[in-house]
Amino acid sequence: MIKVTNLEKSFGRNTVLKGISTEIKEGEVVAIIGPSGSGKSTFLRCMNLLETPTKGEIWYRQTEVTDPKVDMMSIRQNIGMVFQHFHLFPHKTVLENLTYAPMTVKAMTKEEAEKIGLTLLSKVGLAEKAAEYPNRLSGGQKQRVAIARALAMSPEVMLFDEPTSALDPEMVKEVLDVMKSLVQTGMTMAIVTHEMGFAREVADRVLFLDDGKLVEDSPPAQFFTSPRSSRAKEFLEKML
Amino acid sequence: MDLDFTQIAPSIPYILKGLGITIQIVLAAALLGFTLGIILTLFKISKFRMLRWFADGYTSVFRGTPMVLQLLIIYYGLPQIIGFEITAFPAAVIAFGMNSAAYISEIIRAGILAVDKGQSEASLALGIPYRPMMKDIILPQAMKNILPALMNEFITLTKESAVVTVIGAMDVMRRAYIVGGQTYRYFEPLLIAGIIYYILVMVLTILGKAIERRMRKSD
Repeated sequence: MIKVTNLEKSFGRNTVLKGISTEIKEGEVVAIIGPSGSGKSTFLRCMNLLETPTKGEIWYRQTEVTDPKVDMMSIRQNIGMVFQHFHLFPHKTVLENLTYAPMTVKAMTKEEAEKIGLTLLSKVGLAEKAAEYPNRLSGGQKQRVAIARALAMSPEVMLFDEPTSALDPEMVKEVLDVMKSLVQTGMTMAIVTHEMGFAREVADRVLFLDDGKLVEDSPPAQFFTSPRSSRAKEFLEKML
Repeated sequence: MDLDFTQIAPSIPYILKGLGITIQIVLAAALLGFTLGIILTLFKISKFRMLRWFADGYTSVFRGTPMVLQLLIIYYGLPQIIGFEITAFPAAVIAFGMNSAAYISEIIRAGILAVDKGQSEASLALGIPYRPMMKDIILPQAMKNILPALMNEFITLTKESAVVTVIGAMDVMRRAYIVGGQTYRYFEPLLIAGIIYYILVMVLTILGKAIERRMRKSD
């Protein structure tokens, strides 16, 4: 579904991604882990062109994302993204956060968008917060709204960029639970995370990035019990 | 001490009538300045270099020369180029509006840059095109941040509008000056003009605070 070939990304003279190739298949849940500064967030952000790759190709289904002439807006509608710091629209209510994009981008009617929005809010357990402004919510609630906002566009893929890293520890579970229920719906997901237990439980594959390179690409059972590279071994020893 | 308000008391309504002119000039200039200011801001953050150069040059010139000179150029100088006279009122509105636009565009630009980058990233990720993103997501948040600065610019404009006296527009300042000339007493009418401006500015300040409070309701 997303095919990445020889992806490179530099910021000035600093090369963050040094040739990454992989493929995310439909319905697959891929956990992207690695030390900080390894380029995992940059890798994720290249997939919907929030970062423009320096070299290499990314294909989304039959479309080359890295083609300069590509209509990225229409591709992004199919790729939902959840950020570490939520980035909810603070001047809109929770429900408006969910309905804005479908109404603006897909020309959905207000009634229809609100119906979908309320259904999604109840799925993430926040139906009673529909009329609140985001600043009145806790971090965990904000992130659940952010997930619902991305889902409101009915995406085919969801990208998660460290969705629980900015949360207080007691709020991590509520967000992971929402993500787990999303896994059960068969959603294709790419998740940059430091939650090793979660990655092990839900991921079909683990991508281990180190210093801008894809060091390991294996099923979680294998990765967490007998990693092949010494870098992954070191990393896991520190994490677990 | 020689202060005598009885002589100029009958002229107070005459001075007050200038308030209408002052307010009309300020409102029209503010509207023009705000509109031009938004356009200039969009130029400044545009990806086209020519537009950025134009907007930066415009701002530099209007901030780098005296306001009263700009007014005189438009009122006295421009007719020579365009071939017809401009009356005091439109000349004042154009001069103040264009001058204000330079300052307002800088204020709005700073306000847009102060909006968290995550807001535009979240919008992009949802597939929201540039125009609605600017209009519905970025600008409303920028406006909230810059409201105090914008109100300040509006107040400056109100006070600076007294400069129209030099081109003969019959505003508060001009009328106070005329009354002074007729009665040979300048202190009293000018003091009254000062009080009128001060009250006007205070009303604007209170109004600005009230709007600010309303816009903070989502915090």
